[in-house]
Amino acid sequence: MTILTDIMAGLPEIFLAVAGMVLLMIGVFRREDSSKLVTYLAIFVFLVTAVLVLAGPSGQTIAFNALFVVDGFAVFAKILVLLGAALTLVLSVSYNQRERINRFEFPVLVVYAVLGMLMMVSASDLISLYLGVELQSLSLYVIAAFRRDAVRSSEAGLKYFVLGALSSGILLYGMSMVYGFAGTTSFENLATVFASNEGGGQPVGLVIGLVFIVAGLAFKVSAVPFHMWTPDVYEGAPTPVTAFFAVAPKIAAMVLFVRVMIGPFGALVEQWQQVIVFISLASMILGALAAINQTNIKRLMAYSSIGNMGYALVGLAAGNETGAQAVLLYLSIYLFMNTGAFACILAMRRNGRMVEGINELAGLSRTNPAMALALAVFMFSMAGIPPLAGFFGKLYVFLAAIEAGLFTLAVVGLLTSVVAAFYYLRIVKLMYFDEPADAFDRPGREISAILVGTGLVTLLFFMVLSPVLNGAEQAVRLFFSA
Amino acid sequence: MDELLREYLPILIFLGLALGLAMLLIVASLVMGAQKPDSEKNAAYECGFEPFEDARARFDVRFYLVAILFIIFDLEVAFLFPWAVALKDIGVFGFWSMVVFLGILTVGFVYEWRKGALEWE
Repeated sequence: MTILTDIMAGLPEIFLAVAGMVLLMIGVFRREDSSKLVTYLAIFVFLVTAVLVLAGPSGQTIAFNALFVVDGFAVFAKILVLLGAALTLVLSVSYNQRERINRFEFPVLVVYAVLGMLMMVSASDLISLYLGVELQSLSLYVIAAFRRDAVRSSEAGLKYFVLGALSSGILLYGMSMVYGFAGTTSFENLATVFASNEGGGQPVGLVIGLVFIVAGLAFKVSAVPFHMWTPDVYEGAPTPVTAFFAVAPKIAAMVLFVRVMIGPFGALVEQWQQVIVFISLASMILGALAAINQTNIKRLMAYSSIGNMGYALVGLAAGNETGAQAVLLYLSIYLFMNTGAFACILAMRRNGRMVEGINELAGLSRTNPAMALALAVFMFSMAGIPPLAGFFGKLYVFLAAIEAGLFTLAVVGLLTSVVAAFYYLRIVKLMYFDEPADAFDRPGREISAILVGTGLVTLLFFMVLSPVLNGAEQAVRLFFSA
Repeated sequence: MDELLREYLPILIFLGLALGLAMLLIVASLVMGAQKPDSEKNAAYECGFEPFEDARARFDVRFYLVAILFIIFDLEVAFLFPWAVALKDIGVFGFWSMVVFLGILTVGFVYEWRKGALEWE
């Protein structure tokens, strides 16, 4: 009987794993090029998985000997991850076709990466957490180097692999310290151990282990000072892969970060809060300042995502219910803004070749007014100008910080978003007030569709703000009451 | 603390035995063996490679592929041994867990076969 409930709880993941294998077999047994078919099937698989996630047990279910947990928090994050992955797969089809990297392994690897992400957000034990992180990372290393003939792409893959392996080692070392001092790896038992220690002070080894775990996770969300890989990997990887990197893994890692810090390490909030405050401050400042000098738009987006993770970490630093809710809201908005911005980058193609310089956007308002308008919406939104989506994301994380008494964080956050507004608005200025460069090729239909969709969501987010906020609130309430 | 240390006693004994045996073997070969050194014999043993040469020499990537594939199935067997020994205790659930694992590996195996990774020429 228990096995049956376990399987019901893990049904979306089991389905995704089996579907991944079926897709692999379809790809390898068909004689003709099956990359398109497998990509469409993978998108369909993501949608079915999302339905299974939504249809799953409500409330909190702990399964597989407390290795795996399904709760509102996980469900919310899983929907975001699946949506992000499906959108980037849609974006990848024509790009991969044109750049001749249309191998059917690409969607299969994305499916496995997403499976790892779903495992991450549902982990309730250090072991299952690590398994999820590794499954995700190993798939991502391969797709970073997916254009294997290009030096840049191979370099991105290798760099990501070496630094990722280092961070996994750091994470694992921290876990072993925690296990050595607490005697358990289960999140639930860890929480009770820490809560019982509270009066007499925590052993030093535990705190050291905690710091190592924070460092490992900070690497996965590319927060400063563990960000050095991000610009190089973003620049070198094929653009749809960069779009994928910027969205789904970031969301999964951020949600995992929140779950680990607030769940098992909730009683150690004084120990980790200062660390999170520091990396959040550093990420916001570096994300704002380092992006100013960039001329390559993919590098610019890398620094922008570092900054964005800094803002999301503000919500985590608050360490309370509002904070976690703000993180979820921030991530949902980030998903649409970033996918849209990358759809624009994918449309930057002139005479059949991709261009990545920011200057290439000059005068876009005259050569392609619709695309210029969409990109302007995303840039204004990222700069945090009301009533666009990005404003609400920032508003709620700063509110959470103020509620928790972290005024420095809120003030620095506001200041850095003013600095960051400079480079976002520079793009808008280039598009609207500079002499036009040659026109881009007409973007494909699926890119236009995603541009319109994400653009509308970003523009009209205030209309769906309350349902999303309610969803996030419910997701977080279940998590905190547990 | 005593209890904890006592649990490590077998490791200490093992360490002593290993050290003693290694010393014994080295000393025995020094005392009893015939010693006729030449430059080849004094060189470090490197599994058939020249001990000193450019580390960036190219060699066929297929060696790497075969090594990786070998490691996967080597690990599989390493999992199978403890599973087979403990089968009586882990019951039906344990049995089917391994069958699922083997099934997943088989999918990977079919993939590499179809991809031609097992053909040398």
